Amino acid sequence: MAERVYDVAIIGVGITGACVARELTKTRAKVALIEKENDVSCGSSKANSGIIHGGYDPVPGTLMARLNVRGSELYPELAEKLHFDYKRTGSLVITFDKKGKELLAALLERGRKNGVKELRIVDSGELHEMEPNLGENALAALYSPSAAIVSPYKATWAFAESAVINGAEFLRNTAVHAIEKTDGGFLIHTGRGSIKSRFVVNAAGIAAGTISEMAGARKYVIKQRRGEYCLLDNKYGTLVHHVLFQTPTELGKGVLVTQTVDGNILIGPSADDQSQDMNEYKGTTALSQSEILEKASLTIPEIPRGNIINSFAGIRSIAYTADSAGNPDKPVDDFIIEEDPEVKGFFNAGGICSPGLSSAPASAEYIVGLLGKAGLDVTKRTGFIEERRGIAAFNQADVQTKLRLIRENPLYGQIICRCETVTEAEIVQAIHSPLGARDLDGIKRRTRAGMGRCQSGFCSPRVTEILSRELKIPMTSVTKKGGTSYVLADRTRGFADGDGGAE
Amino acid sequence: MSGQMYDAVIIGGGPAGLAAAVSAYDCGARKIVILERDSRLGGILLQCIHNGFGLHYFGEELTGPEYAGRFVKQVLERSIDYKVNTMVVSIDKAEDCEASGITPSNPADSHPAGHVVTAMNSTDGLMFLHTCSVILATGCRERTRGALVIPGTRPAGIFTAGSAQRFVNIDGYLPGKKVVILGSGDIGLIMARRLTLEGCDVKLVCEVMPYSAGLNRNMTQCLENFRIPLRLSTTVTEIRGRERVEGVTIAKVDAGRRPIPGTEEYIECDTLLLSVGLIPENEISTGAGVRMDPVTKGPSVNQLMETSVPGIFACGNTVHVHDLVDYVTTESILAGKSAAKYALDAEKRFPSRVSGAASGTLHSIPIRPGNRVRYTVPQQIDTDDTFETVTEQGNAGKAGDVPKVQIMFRSTDVYRNITISVYSGSSRLYSRKVRIVRPGEMQTADIPLSTLLDVTTPLTVSIETPEDTID
Repeated sequence: MAERVYDVAIIGVGITGACVARELTKTRAKVALIEKENDVSCGSSKANSGIIHGGYDPVPGTLMARLNVRGSELYPELAEKLHFDYKRTGSLVITFDKKGKELLAALLERGRKNGVKELRIVDSGELHEMEPNLGENALAALYSPSAAIVSPYKATWAFAESAVINGAEFLRNTAVHAIEKTDGGFLIHTGRGSIKSRFVVNAAGIAAGTISEMAGARKYVIKQRRGEYCLLDNKYGTLVHHVLFQTPTELGKGVLVTQTVDGNILIGPSADDQSQDMNEYKGTTALSQSEILEKASLTIPEIPRGNIINSFAGIRSIAYTADSAGNPDKPVDDFIIEEDPEVKGFFNAGGICSPGLSSAPASAEYIVGLLGKAGLDVTKRTGFIEERRGIAAFNQADVQTKLRLIRENPLYGQIICRCETVTEAEIVQAIHSPLGARDLDGIKRRTRAGMGRCQSGFCSPRVTEILSRELKIPMTSVTKKGGTSYVLADRTRGFADGDGGAE
Repeated sequence: MSGQMYDAVIIGGGPAGLAAAVSAYDCGARKIVILERDSRLGGILLQCIHNGFGLHYFGEELTGPEYAGRFVKQVLERSIDYKVNTMVVSIDKAEDCEASGITPSNPADSHPAGHVVTAMNSTDGLMFLHTCSVILATGCRERTRGALVIPGTRPAGIFTAGSAQRFVNIDGYLPGKKVVILGSGDIGLIMARRLTLEGCDVKLVCEVMPYSAGLNRNMTQCLENFRIPLRLSTTVTEIRGRERVEGVTIAKVDAGRRPIPGTEEYIECDTLLLSVGLIPENEISTGAGVRMDPVTKGPSVNQLMETSVPGIFACGNTVHVHDLVDYVTTESILAGKSAAKYALDAEKRFPSRVSGAASGTLHSIPIRPGNRVRYTVPQQIDTDDTFETVTEQGNAGKAGDVPKVQIMFRSTDVYRNITISVYSGSSRLYSRKVRIVRPGEMQTADIPLSTLLDVTTPLTVSIETPEDTID
């Protein structure tokens, strides 16, 4: 394999890696995005609450506080340029007891210190007007009008694709096994050959501690904290109007109830600390599912449980300092974003838990600034393409546009996913876009095909066929999410020894 | 944007839509179009390559494609128009559409009480079809893992039985090699046999209820004959595997369907098929304002298969999930006939709850599920003073038959040696002794019209056990 040389290699393409890549492509730097999975946004960025927080929660003075507030300000314009959904719903931290009222006052104070605008306390009367389905016991809330919702995986895809459009290289299915410091940079050994780079940015999410250790850089441990969610059918999309948090109670940290940008209702997350042998376990449990619903019923007493269309789990990366044996010692309580004091040229972006999504665009600015200080030429180049169009949703278009689209491309006339009204044209675009989908989940995250109430029962055979046709691979090579996640096992009898040939 | 005026637009080209179209034609409707989202007429029957269809309706055993083929042939013989690869987007009231500039090409066709069906495909683009009547024949969809909230991971290898059936029978691909099936619905049972014949190792079928959800004959022909174990009162409590299914944990459940700790058993497999129930497909109907029955999850209909919206009719699995396609056919013939009459009677207006008010006093007699009955279809009988409308019911078509109203219903559980009774208030209008009823097998009560003549109070359909009678 020809030797690949870059200025900056970013390990891990979640929201942080994607934002850093886009920010770097504004300069002349040659950028590689190294991803072990078959797609972007397969880790924490895939399954989280999708909230752009106001910024009242982090402790003043931390990186989290600074980057959250700045990130939250950057999002609206970025969403417009990159064409991902962003909805400023505002958030409410609701309290159900007297003690919680003091907490709200403290949060308000903290938010003001952090520079969050428009924060205020709303009383019970106004609160119930804002949220008619709210439980009677809701006493007061901290209202943050600047809070918003996004689809975290669509945002990640948008940032990463914008970077690719601007010249970054996306290397999928490329797991990093070792990192060697060399003269003038690093040699990164991967499952698909070695990659040379002057600088390395470690944005590996739950693997960030491992990657840092590979480079001989700062030792820290990422504890995995699983968060379970469930999702309601979009016919209940107006059950709530804002992001509804709860103040902590004796039951522990509360859960949120929120709309999603796609019109569903999201409930969760639980907080389950994973043991070592549960590395990357993203399963759900009956216990946590009933727990989140139980807790959420404090906020919304009438949750239509019969209309849960899906439940899933994501993993938070909680950074801990490492003791001498390499075990977690104390929580870091902030992002670890720095050039390593020992291993120059290696940058950590680790421990990116909440508000990591909200902060990501600001984290990217910050990291690129650090790279500049470390000697990378970060002067802006000409010719950077600000806009990235993505895939326009057919079902959002007006009648005239729909007619024109079908006339121009008859594949718009073929609906593949009927629950979400996704056409064949959109699925084909998702495959052939600059950072295209290679599997069913990739199609689903880009187009919503398979995300509706039938959960792909109807469209998965068709999407499998389209992937096979467009990627020119046999049906039996189509996967759900890369690796060995094959959708089909073999041909049926009567086809020549199950060769699974493409049609 | 304009179009001709249809007598009937039929949404869905499966067995229900096909029979309704033929029946509407035979009752005089001419301008009919069937809209089918798949690439061929026939619906889900096309992937049901096993036999057992048609025993009731044709008196012979046919495969799914053969059964569908008979109706497709009738559609073609009558030159009934149809469009495949066509998806219906919405049904709107004509008056609302005219307000937004979507009008029929011939102003004489303007019909304020009519409907506009918006549909799309690759060749015609977006279509606005103006029509007197609409027949909903959209079938049903399968319940999924998400709806069940099965704990565990989310690997490849989890299929609804119907999508697995499509992969095997239409596309020629195997979903997996070592299979566990959750749910004893008929498609699950059929797939247990089908995959065994394809050389797969079907480990077992588990059913959360203490009885099978499928037809008795499928239990014998698909499981017992192939020695595939059926575990009743058992469910899947965890799915394992990161990329592809590696196994599932099953456990016994108590009477409240909660898993019993200590009864867990791990079964290695690469595939989990779900056959855990079907849900009538009613996205378009609810959009059109059709009133739903929360139990059947389909539209509430009267004895003519008319929904709460005048001119919108429904039949087949859209209304309630059937176990035999033969019953779908009977019901759809009735819907087609009613829709044709509605369209042809545009002047007089076909008597119905709303539009029929002009033709005399209208009664609505609700039909309610009583003891041990989960639901009934129809949910009400609509009639005028003369009971003229009731006699239109299609199942009384054969010469010499006594005019009657057929009530279809399902039991809540398995009951033996029972009496099916229909009451109006305290007076019993109908009763029939039955040896056994199962929730998986639909029951009927055919009530002679003569007994309904003086009825004003709601009807109740009940299943009475010997204990009840002793009281």
